[in-house]
Amino acid sequence: MSAHADTHAHDDHGHHHKETFVTKYIFSQDHKMIAKQYLITGVIVMGIIGILMSLMMRMQIAWPEEPNVIFEALLGKWAPDGVMDADIYLALVTIHGTLMVFFVLTAGLSGTFSNLLIPLQIGARDMASGFLNMISYWLFFLSCVIMILSFFVEFGPAAAGWTIYPPLSALPMAQGGSGMGMTLWLVSMAIFIASSLLGSLNYIVTVINLRTKGMSMTRLPLTIWAFFVTAIIGVVSFPVLLSAALLLIMDRSFGTSFFLSDIFIQGEVLHYQGGSPVLFEHLFWFLGHPEVYIVLLPALGITSEIIATNSRKPIFGYRAMVMSILAIAFLSTIVWGHHMFISGMNPFLGSVFTFTTLLIAIPSAVKAFNYITTLWKGNLQMNPAMLFSIGLVSTFITGGLTGIILGDSALDINVHDTYFVVAHFHLVMGISALYGVFAGIYHWFPKMFGRMMNKNLGYIHFWVTAIAAYGVFFPMHFIGMAGLPRRYYTNSNFPLFDDVANANVLITMFALLGGAVQLVFLYNFVRSIFYGKKAEQNPWKSNTLEWTAPVEHIHGNWPGEIPHVHRWAYDYSKPGHDEDFVPQNVPLYDGEEELQH
Amino acid sequence: MTAFLTIIIVLFIAVAIWQMVKIFDLAQVGASNNQVATDKDNKINGYLMMGFLVFIYVITILSFWYLGDLPLVSNSASEHGPQIDNLMIISMVIIFIVQTFTQFLLHYFAYKYKGEKGRKALFYADNNTLEAIWTFIPVIVLAGLIIYGLFTWTSIMNIDESEDPLVIELYAQQFNWKARYGGEDNTLGMANVRLIDIDRANILGVDESDPNAQDDIITTELHLPVGRPVLFKMRSQDVLHSAYMPHFRAQMNCVPGMITQFGFTPTVTTAQMRERDEIKEKVANINALRAERKEEIEEKGQELLYEFDYLLLCNKICGKSHYNMQMKIVVETQEEYDAWIKEQKTFKNSLTN
Ligand code: HEM
Ligand SMILES: [Cu+2]
Ligand SMILES: [Cu+2]
Repeated sequence: MSAHADTHAHDDHGHHHKETFVTKYIFSQDHKMIAKQYLITGVIVMGIIGILMSLMMRMQIAWPEEPNVIFEALLGKWAPDGVMDADIYLALVTIHGTLMVFFVLTAGLSGTFSNLLIPLQIGARDMASGFLNMISYWLFFLSCVIMILSFFVEFGPAAAGWTIYPPLSALPMAQGGSGMGMTLWLVSMAIFIASSLLGSLNYIVTVINLRTKGMSMTRLPLTIWAFFVTAIIGVVSFPVLLSAALLLIMDRSFGTSFFLSDIFIQGEVLHYQGGSPVLFEHLFWFLGHPEVYIVLLPALGITSEIIATNSRKPIFGYRAMVMSILAIAFLSTIVWGHHMFISGMNPFLGSVFTFTTLLIAIPSAVKAFNYITTLWKGNLQMNPAMLFSIGLVSTFITGGLTGIILGDSALDINVHDTYFVVAHFHLVMGISALYGVFAGIYHWFPKMFGRMMNKNLGYIHFWVTAIAAYGVFFPMHFIGMAGLPRRYYTNSNFPLFDDVANANVLITMFALLGGAVQLVFLYNFVRSIFYGKKAEQNPWKSNTLEWTAPVEHIHGNWPGEIPHVHRWAYDYSKPGHDEDFVPQNVPLYDGEEELQH
Repeated sequence: MTAFLTIIIVLFIAVAIWQMVKIFDLAQVGASNNQVATDKDNKINGYLMMGFLVFIYVITILSFWYLGDLPLVSNSASEHGPQIDNLMIISMVIIFIVQTFTQFLLHYFAYKYKGEKGRKALFYADNNTLEAIWTFIPVIVLAGLIIYGLFTWTSIMNIDESEDPLVIELYAQQFNWKARYGGEDNTLGMANVRLIDIDRANILGVDESDPNAQDDIITTELHLPVGRPVLFKMRSQDVLHSAYMPHFRAQMNCVPGMITQFGFTPTVTTAQMRERDEIKEKVANINALRAERKEEIEEKGQELLYEFDYLLLCNKICGKSHYNMQMKIVVETQEEYDAWIKEQKTFKNSLTN
């Protein structure tokens, strides 16, 4: 039976427009080009900046207040004589967090892979609106520029933490970064949210309307399910952050009192009366918690696809996987209060949020077990993408398990805002999602650039990164359980914590190692774009539709008719077929049963 | 200097990695390699998966070994502390078991089923019984944890005012803490930041006309009599702060414009705590480490010798000196406390004209 049926060998229907450099590379409306733009801007450039910031923070924590040539070079006036300033430490924390969560792992991750894969995997010629898609990218680009520019204003960028709780973020006299820096942060994020909403709406409409013949919702690859549900979560929750940001802007600039009341600062009483910072926390976390799933779900979707393909096995429990994505999406909107157990809100609310929070552990556990079962009796092809996917499952488990502690209000009292939290969320969301991004890049590089990445460099990249990630974030739990608060510029004023200082040095070493090995990735990535081995059409022998499209990118994705779909995406090693994969566009043979999933 | 040396070392490592990269790269030129994993790759990476499993176990053991003296699960100094610690230990044991087991399965399968040419994977797409099992096991375990957790939480957060707790206000400002005691009547006078009058040294904005306020006592150290329930009323004058008292398993945010509260009963005096073996050992260890950094510490003008004290830390980002916003807590016997409080000035007498 031929696995490569139906689609190619049609002649070119050739709806060719005249393309200039500008319309092809810059103001492109083609989803594949926009995906690459997101990849370069969101993941690569913003990722490098975010990682550099984290390394500087780590060096400051390990060797507090010591002169450091790197600070001098990179921070300039913020590090007089190479000694990092306390204000700029908080700015680094803030902008690192913001860049990583929003720019790299929301826009970068979804922007790259939703854009690339939604049309290609559902069999559409492009996004529902190429124009909106282009606008979405350029708004994102603008928000990046503004965020970076905030480093060059007089009193530095926003420094109130990525959660920007008022009054700290609202009052310029409370902190240098709360002046112009915070204004730019808010403007940048408002634009970012607009971009994200346009993108999400586009993804949702495309998935609903543009699926090719035969691509029913129950035949959608899990990647698409994940991207689709992620977009819905985004549309539900980002507007709430936008409104919080707008109200904060009003408090800052127009004297309203939404979040402020009874404030005495720098010798004067301010006029604010009747507002509540706790209200802001509610609004922020109504986005903030779903946000971690906006970051995580696409990564899990990518992993589902890659693990199935490289195990040469169907993903185990397709239906349960879809159900857990939906359950996670729903539950994620009613757990935000677990960030606020000790914010001063009513303790009874705390109980409710503990309950909903621990509920969300159930679909997460189902997903983890289903991944593990997918590996069982597989024929695992250890491509770099597969390694990163397995790595993701590993960090997802390690990081997720400590959520049981943080979600339990009684236990959170004591570890809230300590390094225990930093360890938890970096593993479960930061590193996991980052692995998802890497897995996606290795896997779909041939689709994006028509060339292969070097696998041996991929192996080095994975193994060193994996060791560094555990080396950084695993011992960090213990530092947290020693009571060390996060967002501290130095711990040297607390002899109490002197006995974790050496551990902090070790963690920093691992962080530097992890940072260094990303250079291998960068080299591999850039080099492969130009000199990589030319890719075959379906290098991983995968079932999904994107691999039926020609290697060379064309407008409209398929030269002839769009392939029709006859089966789900996971017919790997199906009995009755010679090959160990059966692409979705291959019709069922006489008497073949489609798996009832 | 250490920083500089380390950076150099890291640079060397980077160069070494770089060289490795080059070698790999050159070795591949000309080989008919299409960059898809071969059986050999599968094998090597399969073994590395087992190696990584060992790495995870080793780093777990080492972390427990070197950092396993966990102040947040031992030596609590409040009545509800052991409750939290028990729950924490139970949770950690469960996590430890699940972690060990699932990481084993994941990495072992990755090793066991590493791909070989010609072998076919098992077409195995679903099994409702299995999935029901791993839905229900977490449900049961989590239900237990939730119930235990909620009982603990409720008993901590519901403050029983009939026990006549000592009422103390914790007042936060950038970047220090004040404590205000109710005085003889154990009742705090009204206060609002609008009443702050720096010239008259009314720094907390206490209402001078309130009779309850006259005998209030404002201090920069927090003294607590052992065994008596304390009810903290938290206030902040400028931005969010968080009153974190790790030894007492206590934390609550201080929110401008509102009064938050938290209550606990201290059970171990500072003097008793200093006599505990674990604490002695910890202090000795810290002092040994400090001795190595003698010059640096003295240069900063800090005391070289560390002595154990309970602390109140700020645990909510509040600006530049967030990292140094602390207050000493002293737990002492009722007599010591009485003697101390008698020496403090009352609010009425602390005002200047
Ligand atoms: C290269 C590996 C990384 C290292 C070494 C690292 C290190 C750090 C450090 C030192 C902090 C400051 C902790 C504190 O003082 O509170 C921090 C904060 C943070 N990081 Fe990372 N990070 C890394 C990657 C990531 C990734 C991939 C994410 C994506 C989610 C991320 C998200 C955050 C967030 C949200 C914060 C909190 C910011 C805040 O407190 O406002 N980090 N990170
Ligand atoms: Cu959350
Ligand atoms: Cu603070």
